[in-house]
Amino acid sequence: MTEQLDAGLVAERIAESDQLSAPSGDREIGRARRRKEDARLVTGRTTWTDNIQLPGMLYVTFLRSPMAHARITRVDTSAARARPGVVAALSGRDLADEQGSLPCAWPVTEDIVIPDHPPMAVEEVRYVGEAVACVVATDRYAAADALEEIEVDYEPLEAVVDMTEALTEGSPKVHETGNRAFTWRFAQGDVGAAFRDAPIVVERDYVQQRLIPTAMEPRAVVATTDGDSFTLYSATQIPHVLRVMLAMTTGIPEHRLRVVAPDVGGGFGSKLQVTAEEVLALLLTRRIGRPVKWTESRSEGNLTVHHGRDQLQRIRLAAERDGRLRAVQVELLADMGAYLMLVTPGVPLLGAFMYNGIYKMDAYDFTCTGVFTTKMPTDAYRGAGRPEATFAIERAMDELAHELGLDPVEVRRRNWIAHEEFPYTTVCGLTYDSGNYEAATDRALDLFGYDTLREEQARRRAEGDPIQLGIGVSTFTEMCGLAPSRVLGSLSYGAGGWEHASVRVLPTGKVEVVTGTSPHGQGHETAWSQIASDALGVPFEDVSVLHGDTAISHKGMDTYGSRSLVVGGIAVLSACEKVKDRARELAAHMLEASAEDVEFADGSFRVRGTSQGRTIQEVALAAFAAHDLPDGVEPGLDAETTFDPDNFSFPHGTHLCAVEVDTETGGTTIRSYVAVDDVGAVVNPLIVEGQVHGGIAQGIGQALFEEAIYDAEGNLLTTTMADYLVPTALDLPEFVTDRTETPATSNPLGVKGVGEAGTIASTPAVVNAVVDALRPYGVRDVRMPCTPERVWRAINSGTSGASGVSEASEGSHGSGAPQSSQGSRASEGFEGGGR
Amino acid sequence: MPRITVTVDEITYEEEVEPRLLLVHLLRDRLGRTGTPIGCDTGNCGACTVMLDGVSVKSCSVLAVQADGSEVVTVEGLSSGQEWHPMQRAFHAEHALQCGYCTPGMIMAAIDLVRNDPDPSEEAVRRGLEGNLCRCTGYTNIVRAVRRGAQEMAGRHD
Amino acid sequence: MIPAPFEYVRAGSLDEACRVLAEAEEAGEDVKVLAGGQSLLPLLRLRLAYLSALVDVGRLAELRGVEDRGDHVFVGALTTHDEVLRSEVVRELVPLLALATATVADPAVRHRGTFGGSLAHADPAGDLPAVALALDCVFVVRSDEGEREIPASDFFVDYLESALEPGEVLVGVRVPKLGPGWGFHYEKFHRTAQSWATVGVAAAVRLGEGVVEEARIALTNMGPTPVRARAVETALRGVPLGSSDGERLRQVCDLADEGASPPADLHGDPAYRRHLARVLTRRAVVTAGA
Repeated sequence: MTEQLDAGLVAERIAESDQLSAPSGDREIGRARRRKEDARLVTGRTTWTDNIQLPGMLYVTFLRSPMAHARITRVDTSAARARPGVVAALSGRDLADEQGSLPCAWPVTEDIVIPDHPPMAVEEVRYVGEAVACVVATDRYAAADALEEIEVDYEPLEAVVDMTEALTEGSPKVHETGNRAFTWRFAQGDVGAAFRDAPIVVERDYVQQRLIPTAMEPRAVVATTDGDSFTLYSATQIPHVLRVMLAMTTGIPEHRLRVVAPDVGGGFGSKLQVTAEEVLALLLTRRIGRPVKWTESRSEGNLTVHHGRDQLQRIRLAAERDGRLRAVQVELLADMGAYLMLVTPGVPLLGAFMYNGIYKMDAYDFTCTGVFTTKMPTDAYRGAGRPEATFAIERAMDELAHELGLDPVEVRRRNWIAHEEFPYTTVCGLTYDSGNYEAATDRALDLFGYDTLREEQARRRAEGDPIQLGIGVSTFTEMCGLAPSRVLGSLSYGAGGWEHASVRVLPTGKVEVVTGTSPHGQGHETAWSQIASDALGVPFEDVSVLHGDTAISHKGMDTYGSRSLVVGGIAVLSACEKVKDRARELAAHMLEASAEDVEFADGSFRVRGTSQGRTIQEVALAAFAAHDLPDGVEPGLDAETTFDPDNFSFPHGTHLCAVEVDTETGGTTIRSYVAVDDVGAVVNPLIVEGQVHGGIAQGIGQALFEEAIYDAEGNLLTTTMADYLVPTALDLPEFVTDRTETPATSNPLGVKGVGEAGTIASTPAVVNAVVDALRPYGVRDVRMPCTPERVWRAINSGTSGASGVSEASEGSHGSGAPQSSQGSRASEGFEGGGR
Repeated sequence: MPRITVTVDEITYEEEVEPRLLLVHLLRDRLGRTGTPIGCDTGNCGACTVMLDGVSVKSCSVLAVQADGSEVVTVEGLSSGQEWHPMQRAFHAEHALQCGYCTPGMIMAAIDLVRNDPDPSEEAVRRGLEGNLCRCTGYTNIVRAVRRGAQEMAGRHD
Repeated sequence: MIPAPFEYVRAGSLDEACRVLAEAEEAGEDVKVLAGGQSLLPLLRLRLAYLSALVDVGRLAELRGVEDRGDHVFVGALTTHDEVLRSEVVRELVPLLALATATVADPAVRHRGTFGGSLAHADPAGDLPAVALALDCVFVVRSDEGEREIPASDFFVDYLESALEPGEVLVGVRVPKLGPGWGFHYEKFHRTAQSWATVGVAAAVRLGEGVVEEARIALTNMGPTPVRARAVETALRGVPLGSSDGERLRQVCDLADEGASPPADLHGDPAYRRHLARVLTRRAVVTAGA
């Protein structure tokens, strides 16, 4: 695997060097363009999926299991069917022959257990919220009423909610095959040797709590058929992937299925899925012959939109006495939930190569076991695997610094890859193409006023101020821009990581860019316009970007993993270059010159050294008219490209957080937050800043507020927004952001992904700050979210217990684990937390 | 079924409604005013915020019958053609939206806030928007936009 | 989510509302009064409540408004939180009510939600019940049988259960003015701006020469009903609020949770809530006395 990763990491430039020329005043790339998307969004002229009304449309609603684990012994839909306005009331058994099994596209090991996953449960339910029946009616209200008339008998089975217990002998089983889905290992170097005589070993256990992604737009699906072809509108991030997967799942031929992602209100990974409701909507419209719509409520969504994170982490660092790392060893338990959905098992693997962070070391060992429980399946949530990795290493680096009495920034400096060492191949075999950790960190420290805050902290500590100040550091990188197809193949992923774009210059000189990315808030219509505008020399306003409809954008891999710009944007650029090459040939013909003598600037082709030229618009019209084309040149001015990256993208940055912890109540307030990100060259600084802001907010959400909590019977207790706490404007500070710019060398624009960076970086910055505030109390961890109650308990119960650092001479690193955190792994599970 | 009269964005409608019909469903499903979205079922998210007789309300927590005789203004009623409300312009100018799902409610809440406080501080804006959740922006740009919109609104009335 | 069907009656007068409620009670129907609906509609939408009918009193002007009546302020049940906050009379004469109301939900909810509605809802996590209890408010209630008064100490019976009988409508509440020399504070501790109080403390303190002469303290979310912190009230007499004797104040406020039976939920277990009640009571008293 490592060899294959290495093989994919040769940076290569694909476009003309003039794309790298210094920005001129009128270049679009780099401009803070206001977004084209906003016009419909600020005026309410949107097309959310739930806004779509089709003639004769019916409404679907699903009856969902109230039991975490049970055998279905009887479903009676007859009373529901008899109600006014009801067109159909169906159970899983009614659909069993046609519904297939929801796909898992990432079988991470040969021996992975991928259980059958019927979109509607037939024999057995395995989480609260699993669909067991449905009603199709003439309006929403009638459907909701009829749903209550369906009778279901359950024979209860034991819930499985705790991963550790799930793996013990004699645990009740989620599936016949047992509760272990897979174990995946990746090791480099001699880890045993690194730890054997290591002067310092730090071992810590961390809990990545379960999260609910909470895109503001609840999911919705509209399905319709003309009897021959099918159209599915869905609030999805992945219309293209969905089309392929739905064709495979339902048997509807791919060429008879069109998938449309209309305006989509956020995703954060939660709409990177092939959902039961999408499959069932298609089956229902096929069965009934009328359009159907399903729109979830928030409380339904909290139960049944795939969840994120939910891992138990054990991380061990072996270090020298000066703080330099020798090795990192990681063991994960990853809660799969009840089934493996689209990329469920792959999520921890996306972090598997990142627990080394930005640091140099000789050896690395990562093991992950996927565990089934009777809970909603987990899957991608903003960052997917990388926030977990960054959290563990950045928390552990703070612990290392503390144990050595070093400043946390200093211990990072001693370990990180120096600017002059790039490109750098890490212990995990990834080649980080570029970076400047020194510059970003120095800038962040400066903006933050690090030294001043440390002085204040010391003062407050000395005075015994009940409000303690904590400072948290997070220096991160991540691998994004998913992804080189070859690498995905080596990791057993079911698809490639390329992206497609086509560009056509219309007869009037206006430009249409068709992209395979599928934005749902990212601003691709604006950013791709900027790229095309520069590449073709046409005004920004003259470019339209089309996306999100497989009938319009026939080829694509969609939007997730901070891939859109670094893969899809490069595809747009590349297609523009092809268009330009074709135009140059025609322009040369029109100018009666040879193509080599024709140069392109500011939207015009000119014969070198003359004032003679043709604008690209003139060329487009000529190409349309086709009255006088050179031999072999086809009419029209358009081109398409499919771009497959050679490497991942490695944005990085330094985030600093200052918190005030009220040691009496346990309440935490973020006082200041500084983020200096390096995402390479920037197409639109406004959009980049927005992505960073939102990412930070979500990371803070994990650190302080959010947790999906199941009770011991497997009931979700956080089904509404009153219980699952998403931060409001009052709970967050104004973010101070800045950038350093170290261009990527892996693509011609020098850009890096930015969509997940803020989330990946911020969670450890905040928790490090909370723990830092509480160091005088002997606290060295607070489980996320760091609720006031947990903070208060940490202060009073002293997670100060046994030291997590062991001296090698005592030969006890194995047993040097903190008693308290071991306890948390063994007994607290995910529901306890002192409740 | 109760018969109600309600004016929405300057158009008067007479409708027979089930008592349980939510105002937001009247707007969206009956009147086709889909600019106002629904984001939750507990009144937390504020995406469905509209003006009811001049003050902000969450239209998912109002029955259509309760709005009988009232005037509703939705985000769709703020602009005519190409001319946007200053708060809409401010959200655009400050990049205060990404997916845009919370935006109609945010804008309505912001206009209500400025009605009471024509020059709100950052703190006042954050407090005024506590009933509106955004998952994309982290609120920093929303706060900037509301303060900018307040200035523009004041300028317009000078 | 969509409410289950119910009948709807828009009351044209308080008498009509009472009559309809009385008839419904006789018929054994589950009928509720609809005021602002900000607590009720989410419950109906989630189908956590099923009703046969709602009696909408929302247009009864007689139930609306704030009035200075000498020794007390009368707040009509239908007065919205927003109207309470805008009332000069409330702010000047019963400021504790304004302080607590400002923390209720958010502006849009405060435009619809009513003073009486949130008290009648009797949610111990609501912010206003503790205020009513601390100030010894009197609830004025009307039914087909006539009018009666219920002291706050009797009004909150259990979790989401008030002393309102079926058929009764809350008309308004007499909020006593405490007179000169009193200071007030509502100390609310919650996880996010939107979330319910983990614990809240409504405090009124009268000082003489820096020493507490009288105090009224009630707690939010420390039991199935709001809880009056009588032990603290008694022990506070004679305690100086200056920083010179912080320890004594601390000891006194450590009695705050006496008699409370705090719930366990996602935001705190009973032990943590007891601790919070002590800390927040001290803070509330200090701020009220400042």
